[in-house]
Amino acid sequence: MISLDRFCLWLEQTSLSQVIQATSWIVPSVQTVHILALATLLASIFMINLRLLRVVARDQPLERVSARFLPVIWWALPILLVTGAIMIIGEPARSLKNPLFQLKMALLLAALALTAFYQIGLSRSRERYDLAKRGGGAALIALPSFALWIAIVFCGRWIAYY
Amino acid sequence: MWLDPGLKWLEATALATEIRENEILFPWVESVHVLAIALVVGSISILDLRLLGLASLDRPVGKLTRDVLPCTWVAFAFAAVTGSLLFSAKASGYAGNFFFRGKLILLVMAALNMALFHAFTTRDLDRWSANAHPPMAAKVAGGISLALWIAIVAFGRWIGFTLH
Repeated sequence: MISLDRFCLWLEQTSLSQVIQATSWIVPSVQTVHILALATLLASIFMINLRLLRVVARDQPLERVSARFLPVIWWALPILLVTGAIMIIGEPARSLKNPLFQLKMALLLAALALTAFYQIGLSRSRERYDLAKRGGGAALIALPSFALWIAIVFCGRWIAYY
Repeated sequence: MWLDPGLKWLEATALATEIRENEILFPWVESVHVLAIALVVGSISILDLRLLGLASLDRPVGKLTRDVLPCTWVAFAFAAVTGSLLFSAKASGYAGNFFFRGKLILLVMAALNMALFHAFTTRDLDRWSANAHPPMAAKVAGGISLALWIAIVAFGRWIGFTLH
């Protein structure tokens, strides 16, 4: 990992990183936006997963619940990535070299792949997720999705302690 | 401050001492707190945006409330319990912190806003539940709620940067 060390050293010397380090209100403000975007994304994920498990909105077709909440996930994501990137630029070594950050990114890729898989599956064959059928297919999406996103939140908080 | 003896007693309890001194426990409790508050704010904002006539317009307010609010309350219970545990570990520090005090006041305001909404505005809910644009009182309640919860998250995050 010769390049990661050098990349972190270079990044923390950039003027952008220096500004973030020297301005006390930037990090808490960016973290606040990060948490608000996370709240938006997480609530949308929960609504879709709880609908998949037929806990909420059973009288509403799965496509309608998904049409309401899936776009929110893809809107919140860039906000999370930009605010996350600002935090990384402010403290590159503490984040990029942190095993919990690396785990968080791996879990994020898995969670996004699962969400995209669900979205594509939903658009291709609606019958597979038909609300009349209670089959295990829905739980195979919803339960790993819950687990992945909750693990992502926990990793995020633990970056500060590792 | 008149609360000082109580705060000192709280900090000295076995549970508070354990949370403060156990290096693993504090971040675990914090992680649950972040997850819980994210779900509280995220789920409430779904209702607020509906009341404002901005989203979920194909779902009546009454039905959406039944979809969302149980999730909000469960998450709030987790947030309140974990928040109390975090508070107990450094009670005097938090009690004297401007952003902690502000956060409590904002929480009381959010509770009042919600209580007033449920006591008065939803009396004739059946008449406007399915309307894309609820009455002005409901819109105001939704807007106030959204603003208060955004401020609660901001104040909460600032506590971590100002607590000594």
